[in-house]
Amino acid sequence: MIIDKNIIIVLPIVLPLLSAIIMILSGNKIVFHKIVNLISTILQLVTGLLLLNIVTEQGIFSLTIGNWKAPFGISLVVDGLAAIMITMSAILSLSAAIFSSNTIGWYRKRYYFYPLFQFLLLGVNGSFLTGDVFNLYVWFEVMLISSFVLLALGGRQEQLEGAMKYVTINLISSTIFLSAAGITYGLAGTLNMADLSLKLPFIENQGLVNVLSVLFLISFGIKSAIFPLYFWLPASYHTPPVAVSALFAGLLTKVGVYVLFRFYTLIFVNNIDFTHNLILILSAFTMILGVFGAIAQNDFRRILSFHIISQVGYMIFALGIYTKEAIAAGIYYIMYHMLVKTNLFYSSGIVYNIKGSYSLNELGGVYKNYPVVSIVFLISALALSGIPPLAGFWAKLTVAIAGFNDKEYFITALSLLAGILTLVSMTKIWNNVFWKDAPQLDSLLECEKKFNEKSFNDKFQLYLPSGILLVVILFFSFFIQYVFYYADLAALQLMDKELYINAVLGN
Amino acid sequence: MEVLLAIIIGLLYTLGLYMILRRSMVKLIIGLALLSHGANLLIFTVGRITKGIPAFIEKGQYVANDNIAEPIPQALILTAIVIGFGIQAFALVLLRKVYQSTGTDDINDLKSTDRIDLE
Repeated sequence: MIIDKNIIIVLPIVLPLLSAIIMILSGNKIVFHKIVNLISTILQLVTGLLLLNIVTEQGIFSLTIGNWKAPFGISLVVDGLAAIMITMSAILSLSAAIFSSNTIGWYRKRYYFYPLFQFLLLGVNGSFLTGDVFNLYVWFEVMLISSFVLLALGGRQEQLEGAMKYVTINLISSTIFLSAAGITYGLAGTLNMADLSLKLPFIENQGLVNVLSVLFLISFGIKSAIFPLYFWLPASYHTPPVAVSALFAGLLTKVGVYVLFRFYTLIFVNNIDFTHNLILILSAFTMILGVFGAIAQNDFRRILSFHIISQVGYMIFALGIYTKEAIAAGIYYIMYHMLVKTNLFYSSGIVYNIKGSYSLNELGGVYKNYPVVSIVFLISALALSGIPPLAGFWAKLTVAIAGFNDKEYFITALSLLAGILTLVSMTKIWNNVFWKDAPQLDSLLECEKKFNEKSFNDKFQLYLPSGILLVVILFFSFFIQYVFYYADLAALQLMDKELYINAVLGN
Repeated sequence: MEVLLAIIIGLLYTLGLYMILRRSMVKLIIGLALLSHGANLLIFTVGRITKGIPAFIEKGQYVANDNIAEPIPQALILTAIVIGFGIQAFALVLLRKVYQSTGTDDINDLKSTDRIDLE
């Protein structure tokens, strides 16, 4: 290796920070912002792949910042799951960087859209890497404040209302997280995750440990939108420009899910009967109610928002089963879901660019005139609902096998039912947006005319990110063995917590 | 002292939640501020409260006396206060913007993002 791995591990944090600072210092040069943003996301993707490579070859490794020995200093830890998440988030942000160049107006870019984009990635990558509970809180706040601004940037009334709901619920979640972190320190005298994993089993008052686990579950549950804490998501995710909501849909809830995977495989594993059964029950409700919510909606992006909830249910269902094969399936589920969900949001954005509306009543006839975007949507929608041989089928299959092997027959059956209902609501979008005859509304026809006059270059930039993600989705579908290899490795490392503890604290 | 603080923390959480559940936007932000104060005081109490014992390690010793107040929770609170301050400032500006653009400070009127357009 040419570069020291201790340098590579800080790059996912340093790159976005540095590029955001460079952009802010350069002032309002939008083209310059765009280029720096693109370079930074490409470099992050390279870093993610390098980290993945290091983890597969050498196992988990950690770096203590400032050379204060763990558990006293703050550790950055890369294991399989963290490396996978960094790579996936870099793929998404690369596509979003391209997509935003044409769909975000100059009045947003002028108010530092791209630096905020990078600050968001800073918070996300920091949350993936950190090995310290309080440090995780700080990264969450970095991520939240940038997402608040990205959501409200532009200041349309709808956006502001959505942002208000989003900000309020997230502040409550942060307060709960902070209280839980405080109590954890009072109880165990440490906030290092590996150290906590060692010390929590020996605490006499196990009842209080259970209370803590529920407090953390509530806090991260709000962030990852699980039942009954998900109502903020469909109220806010459809309000910002589509590049932003696509990025949020792919990234932010998955950060919550990532942290749940981390906490409930490393720290709270002594009372599995209580914690993981609770997660199982919540996951059943999340899957079913999310998809019911989607069927009732009549807005392109709101249907997709409700689907995020339902899919998060599958992920934490895998976590609740808590066997190695289930965790591997859950990780594969997270990976494929990030791609597919973002791509569906992109297709809604392309349709919006053509027609100027998200309402299923006003849309129609897209398939007739724009077959390319229709096919992109179709493949992503079928992948989401789990039609073989696409990625969603493998994800749902592996989760269901893990569920049956663990004798969770009822919830597994529910998860398969939720899959069918997903297909139903996707059919609803397909019928209304792509297949039915277009209603002859003047405003829409005018918008369509304007779109047809756009240059080839503009259209290409609109389709390119969708195309990139589509290629990755097809790779995930037909070469699943290569992808699942990494998910399996990450699951192996998660289930054997000695590996993580040894990597952080030494032997 | 710990009992008194525990009661105050409980009160802060209760009042904060109560204020958040009110309909007015101004009360919402006051509620959020109270909640975060409650969380900060909770961490403060967790680190043990002592009077007149500095958190120093005596010369020749490697560990501090047992009965000092822990310095780490206090460092954590400092961080949390700074973050909370920034976020509350943002929330205030946002709520002002919402008020300007919707013309109401009743949260019950902010339903446009939840509407389902069937027709």
